[in-house]
Amino acid sequence: MSSVLPEIFASLLDPINIALLITGVAGGILVGALPGLTATMALALMLPFTYSMEADAALIMLGGIYIGAIYGGSIVAILLNTPGTPSSIATTFDGYPLAQTGKAEHALVAAAVSSGIGGVLGGCALLLLSPLLANLALKFGPPEYFWIAVLGLTIIATISTGSIIKGLIGGCLGLLLSTIGIAPVGGESRFTFGFPPLLGGLQLIVIMIGMFCIPEVLNMIERKGQTGKQVSYNPQKGVALTVIKQLFQKPILYLRSAVIGIMVGIIPGAGGNVASLLSYDMTVRFSKQKSSFGKGNIEGVAASEAGNNAEVGGSLVPLLSLGIPGAAPAAVLLGALMMQGIQPGPDLYATSPGLVYTFCWAFIVANLVMFLFGFFGSKYVAQIVTLSTHYLAPLIVFLSVIGSYAIRNHFFDISMMIAFGIAAYILKKVGFEPGPIVLGLILGPIAETGLAQTMLMAQAQGSVWTIFFSRPLSMVLMVFCLLSLLWPLLSHRFTRSPK
Amino acid sequence: MYRSLKWIFSIVAIMVLTACNQTVDGGGNYPSKPIHYVIPFDAGGQSDIEARRQQPLLRDTLGQEIIIEYRPGGGGAIGWSELAQKKPDGTYIAGINLPHIILQPIAQKDAGYQTEQLKTVAIFQATPIGLAVPKESNLQTIEDFIAAAQKQPGKITIAGSGTYSGHHLAYQQLQNSADINLQYISFTGAATQVQAFLGGNTTAILANSDDLVKHKDRLRILAIGSEERFEPLPDVPTFKEAGLNITASIDRGVAVPADTPQAIVQTLESAFLKIADDSKVQQQMKAEGFEPKSLDARESESYIKEKTLEYQSLLRELGVVAD
Repeated sequence: MSSVLPEIFASLLDPINIALLITGVAGGILVGALPGLTATMALALMLPFTYSMEADAALIMLGGIYIGAIYGGSIVAILLNTPGTPSSIATTFDGYPLAQTGKAEHALVAAAVSSGIGGVLGGCALLLLSPLLANLALKFGPPEYFWIAVLGLTIIATISTGSIIKGLIGGCLGLLLSTIGIAPVGGESRFTFGFPPLLGGLQLIVIMIGMFCIPEVLNMIERKGQTGKQVSYNPQKGVALTVIKQLFQKPILYLRSAVIGIMVGIIPGAGGNVASLLSYDMTVRFSKQKSSFGKGNIEGVAASEAGNNAEVGGSLVPLLSLGIPGAAPAAVLLGALMMQGIQPGPDLYATSPGLVYTFCWAFIVANLVMFLFGFFGSKYVAQIVTLSTHYLAPLIVFLSVIGSYAIRNHFFDISMMIAFGIAAYILKKVGFEPGPIVLGLILGPIAETGLAQTMLMAQAQGSVWTIFFSRPLSMVLMVFCLLSLLWPLLSHRFTRSPK
Repeated sequence: MYRSLKWIFSIVAIMVLTACNQTVDGGGNYPSKPIHYVIPFDAGGQSDIEARRQQPLLRDTLGQEIIIEYRPGGGGAIGWSELAQKKPDGTYIAGINLPHIILQPIAQKDAGYQTEQLKTVAIFQATPIGLAVPKESNLQTIEDFIAAAQKQPGKITIAGSGTYSGHHLAYQQLQNSADINLQYISFTGAATQVQAFLGGNTTAILANSDDLVKHKDRLRILAIGSEERFEPLPDVPTFKEAGLNITASIDRGVAVPADTPQAIVQTLESAFLKIADDSKVQQQMKAEGFEPKSLDARESESYIKEKTLEYQSLLRELGVVAD
């Protein structure tokens, strides 16, 4: 890297590049904050503008957008209980309760700090550990995907507020819903009832917007009718610094979330949503005050956001070192590189080291820029919660409709969003939370594909057992799954022994 | 606060208005409005890369903005069934892939469209499908591969992308013409397919030529499905040279709804062919591992007809469809 240092500095100090970086981050935050508009879409929208730019400028801006969009998703997750991008799904669990108790700014600052720290750690991994991590990424095959999905499903115990049985039923419902559409392995069309728009399956983002947003709006109106009460928010001085001080005492939380984020990032097929859910889950499990999660614990926001922003760095590792994008937004970056006449792959570090390292450094700088936006902007954005229901409810519905339409410009998706929204409202009344259902929907395809492919591999090898038990990584993941399931028993024993 | 809300409102309003802008155009002064170029796959794939390459050039030739939209799902079926229902005024065009648009309506009862509902304007690019093993493998040639498969029927695993897809069909052809028995493992896209193969999860891979070119240092390509030797990989024999009657490739082009007026088809056709015939574009394609093609609407139609017959008999032979 040292031989290309002058090139890196020249590129990073170029005023135009700095301007592009800041614009990229700001634009990314804005798009990410609109429900339904994902990081992938933000990147695809901006791609044509980069054609005429230099390669480094284009990459710097697109990297900024990617980071900004993943963070931006947390803003609406906290303020409106709607994940702006699928990556911020776990941010809603504690972020929204915080905002409801007048601590919107606390949550927003926590999201900014944590995204920044997670992002920088992800960036460092990208910069320093790429070849190592790329080799590790190749160790993940179909059996490992299956166990990762199973591990993810054990989270249901953590995110079921109330009855675990209802959480499990919700998870099963989500898994069943995920089987709609053309089978990922085998190609049969299932449960489409001859209805072509269902061939592609349920759109995760559409269902998520519906299930999180619509019940919230209905509740808001209900509360208004009953009490006429409004969420209060009184700007206080020094909130940001207090939150930062509080969070800086949690290095383990960040390290853990970043490692989870990076690991999820390097394997294609699992994205920021899985990263945010897994790191949230781990934080709850290791916490001494488990019962405070889901009701507005700032550590929940921190874990989710650190996890999903570390995932960004992770998803770029296989892109730069293998030429395989680790996530959907990284695939757009692959397109951007090819438009610039650059072929990502093992040779990239040898053929254009200056560009690669400039990008990695710009990526780290972009995280700092994003943090500054969050740090100074939170108290203004937090005031959204004080908007009267008369404005807020229609605004949320409006954004939900636009968001579900934008995902693939299909009116059918709007009907799906509304139908699932109403269903979620009724389900919530009888104790079924949307969290486990959406979790099943996210993990179903990963588990199904992994298992079906493993069975095909096993058919060729002759035995399923040898496949699952002859792969070290698969065994490790199985142990994790077991630990996760037995955790309530184990932690019970730990906490009781001192007595 | 209210000022920023106003901003959000106006941005959203603009998005709504552009999305709703769907009036009919006679065809005389086509194109008088921005053209929506639909990619029925996720961003970042081969179809997307090609569309992005064409986007600025199309804008220059046609004098209108080209808006690229993604409508992924069902291996392309979602986007194509929608295109089939669009007003035939040239405002909506979509990238098409062969054999997908032929196979889906045959294999899926509810694909949502028929091949004839799409009028192909031009075919401009292809990726021949090649068979490869890891560099460390002891299978040196296609003959070794076939011998190994004969020795252990059903034990050799092949990673491919999709079912009833180009890769799936190439696998069926390979089994048929070499009289061997293999295990096909279907993946959901090039990223997971290549990753699983490079990770040693399958014995071999059937992959698109651009992926083979990208990863050529890590694998050994045994044979490729092009008619003649593939220019970016001059040392790789074709299946035909190895005595197997297989040609396998994925062709990419662009289509409009079937009833689109001839004038509009011609305008689009000449714009796309101008790009396809550009030597700079062709060189870039070859460097990335693509095969440049240049078929006009008429040639595309007869090519699709010819392929349809070929696939129908193949599928019948394989028992995928009844007679």
